[in-house]
Amino acid sequence: MTPAGSRGNSASPLIAFAAALLFALVALPAFAQVADPAPLRFSNPAEEQRFHALVTELRCVMCQNQSLADSNAQIAHDLRREVLTLMRQGKTDAQIRDYLVARYGEFVLYKPRIEEKTWLLWFGPALLLLAGGFVVARVVRRHAGDSAVPTDDQQEW
Amino acid sequence: MSTGSKTMRWLPLAMFAGLAILLAAGVWLSRKPDREALPSPLIGKPAPEFSLPVLHEPGRLVSLSDLKGAPFVLNVWGSWCPSCRDEHAVITRFAETKRVRVVGYNWKDERSDALRWLEQFGNPYWVVVSDEDSRYALDWGIYGAPETFLVDGNGIVRWKHVGALTDAIVSQELIPALDAAEQAR
Repeated sequence: MTPAGSRGNSASPLIAFAAALLFALVALPAFAQVADPAPLRFSNPAEEQRFHALVTELRCVMCQNQSLADSNAQIAHDLRREVLTLMRQGKTDAQIRDYLVARYGEFVLYKPRIEEKTWLLWFGPALLLLAGGFVVARVVRRHAGDSAVPTDDQQEW
Repeated sequence: MSTGSKTMRWLPLAMFAGLAILLAAGVWLSRKPDREALPSPLIGKPAPEFSLPVLHEPGRLVSLSDLKGAPFVLNVWGSWCPSCRDEHAVITRFAETKRVRVVGYNWKDERSDALRWLEQFGNPYWVVVSDEDSRYALDWGIYGAPETFLVDGNGIVRWKHVGALTDAIVSQELIPALDAAEQAR
């Protein structure tokens, strides 16, 4: 890449740097293409928008801390393709989610459904907050009733 | 002074202990090496239909109905999959007991690569079906090789393991599941 003939020329490091930068800029999209040999093509922006909204709330089953939209795992490619195929078959978002849940389990949903077994998951934090608030309120109320001069015993609080 | 404030004094310690127990439980629950394996929603449900060419005889199709009547084990593998190679000796030992039909599910593999792989490492399978284009993998909830399913004689999925099998998993999980599947018939 380095222009060997221009050694000694004061501008050569700059030119080499510019050339390297240009190469990187040109090559980067090419490298990105390698990961997905057949990128998905959308027929219209609305379809693309719906697709992205859907895949960002689905979890990749292989790399479980990524959404289907972010993941580069082969199975994520396959599942994205399947999601688009199902969309084109006229399936609703709910039907597509059901399709994936039936095959891969509830785990694929980043936003778990509100049902009996997910109640603790959905409402547990609010419950904890309520319990914490209750404890704080009790402590505050107790101290409000105490004498103005605190004993050593209570100063720890 | 009052008994109330005495118990309140222990509250932070109690909360700390509670939190410590919670965290310890989290660590304890994550000790399993295959903790990331997803439980299959297919367990207890009818196995998904498929109809795939036989690897060694591409003109012949094998479908789920051809396998019904007796339990079978479906082992998903590919020549591109390093853990399948690790698992192969285990599968071979298990298949050689002839306890049950072990069907190979060659997934996303070139036919020639798959055949060469079997020639090199041995073919313990009763039959190998080839799903080069991953046509049925999604229906089976397959997300990475190796995966192993146990399907009973009525075509109900009884057990699934994600990741390489070991002799311990075979004897502690697969064989008991197979016993249960055979007794239920």
